[in-house]
Amino acid sequence: MAERTRLRDLAPITVGIASLAAIAVVAELLLLAGVLNRYILPLPSDVLVALVRLVREEDILSRMGLTAFEVLTSGFLVILAGVPLGVLLYRFRLMRAALEDWLGALAAAPIVLAFPLFLVLFGRGPKTIIIISFVYGLAPVVLKTQEGLTATRRVHVNVGRSLNMTPAQMFWKILFPSALPTIFTGIRLSWTFCLVTVVAVEFLVNLGGLGHLINELAERYDMPGAYAAITFVILLSMGFFIVLERIQSWLQPER
Amino acid sequence: MSASAEPYLVIDNVLKRFGSGPEATVAVDHMSFDVKPGEFVSVIGPSGCGKSTLFNIIGGLLGDYEGEVRVGAERISGPHPSIGMVFQEESTFPWRSVIDNVAFPLELRGVPKAERHDRAHHFIDMVGLSGFAKHYPSQLSGGMKQRVSIARTLVSEPQILLMDEPFAALDEQTRLLLGDKILQIQQQLNQTTLLITHNLTEAVQLSDRIVVMTYRPGRLKRIVNIDLPRPRTSEVVGSDAFGHYVAEIWSDLREEASSGMMDAETTAARRNRPRG
Repeated sequence: MAERTRLRDLAPITVGIASLAAIAVVAELLLLAGVLNRYILPLPSDVLVALVRLVREEDILSRMGLTAFEVLTSGFLVILAGVPLGVLLYRFRLMRAALEDWLGALAAAPIVLAFPLFLVLFGRGPKTIIIISFVYGLAPVVLKTQEGLTATRRVHVNVGRSLNMTPAQMFWKILFPSALPTIFTGIRLSWTFCLVTVVAVEFLVNLGGLGHLINELAERYDMPGAYAAITFVILLSMGFFIVLERIQSWLQPER
Repeated sequence: MSASAEPYLVIDNVLKRFGSGPEATVAVDHMSFDVKPGEFVSVIGPSGCGKSTLFNIIGGLLGDYEGEVRVGAERISGPHPSIGMVFQEESTFPWRSVIDNVAFPLELRGVPKAERHDRAHHFIDMVGLSGFAKHYPSQLSGGMKQRVSIARTLVSEPQILLMDEPFAALDEQTRLLLGDKILQIQQQLNQTTLLITHNLTEAVQLSDRIVVMTYRPGRLKRIVNIDLPRPRTSEVVGSDAFGHYVAEIWSDLREEASSGMMDAETTAARRNRPRG
């Protein structure tokens, strides 16, 4: 019985990996047959070899570390600023009416293109990358925090009222835990925005971690290497998702 | 039940209006009745008669009303610690386990964890959920969740248990069985209880007295004493006396329920009137 449950738990990840492997095999065959252009899309087997090469020759781990540091710093700053801002938007109707649309617009704006302005303001360094990433990642956390708090079920609030809860108790014991899954959706979105922004700015200004490496490899026309570096970005993104999911299920199991 | 005792909960000439001026709607119109210690009273009326408004007034969630609701000698103008509310909608906290849901009111009062869990276990056992303390609401059925809500209310040991159609979303068989559980708990704790319901059989199965309300505005139509023997179980529904009470109250309610239905149909027709 336990064995069967374990197999059932492993099934999605096995199917996922098998699907990826199947796509890689199909791509390999199409490339070898000349249906796809090998100058644009490298052989998956070459990308696999390049993964090992990047670890040996391109100091990939410290580059990943730098990108991860920039994403985590901006990601945590986004949480620190975004959640309280979302609470303020929930609490003050005027503030919500005044700012909600602007924040929506901020989330949709291609802020990355304003990188020269940030470079002038903050210099050419990780600080600038973190600030651009923070600005881009802020809106989803603010909006989702506000949305989660607003969506708290009326009956839960009434339970709190019937128990004569103080406003602080109401917030920490009912509103916040009720909103937590939506807040985490906002954080996941934000961290994706942060990672994309960090890698994009690293790529554009030729500075720092994985984005810089992708740019360098592309300029050297090392396509397997560039795709392998992109694979490391995907691995980093998966790592963030897994960590966030673990934190959420630790905070609220069975939800 | 000690029917001769002084009333503990008094609803005295309560009137509640929504809105103002000519647009104002009277939801509850000069309602008066009382509940004595240990007594089980149900308020029954058709949908839209103001039962839930009355529930919110007695629970202290609607403060702006005329007349008086008194607990002992104290007028209610907000949630009162003597009154424990069970809501119609499912109200367990999905982020808390059963034990943490039930212990929630004690946690707010700063009761140490070991003690509050001991007390919560007692009420979890009482509502028949032994063995489910560590489960989460998502792992429970609708009836089990409502029992968690009832245990969460009872853990504060309120002097009055105030329930608003707690089994409305459940099927009839589950409702009858949970009625048994409520009767058992009420007898065990000698719990003063006020139940708001639109379900006739539920009201007769559980109550010592039934307060019948009219449809819009919600006025007191009649108070019916239910002289069915106690201790009572759901088997009582097969007795002649039970059928007699159901028929008697239905004859009172029928006219009100018809008015409610006609009103709903008129509103729907007005809303869906063809244009042009």
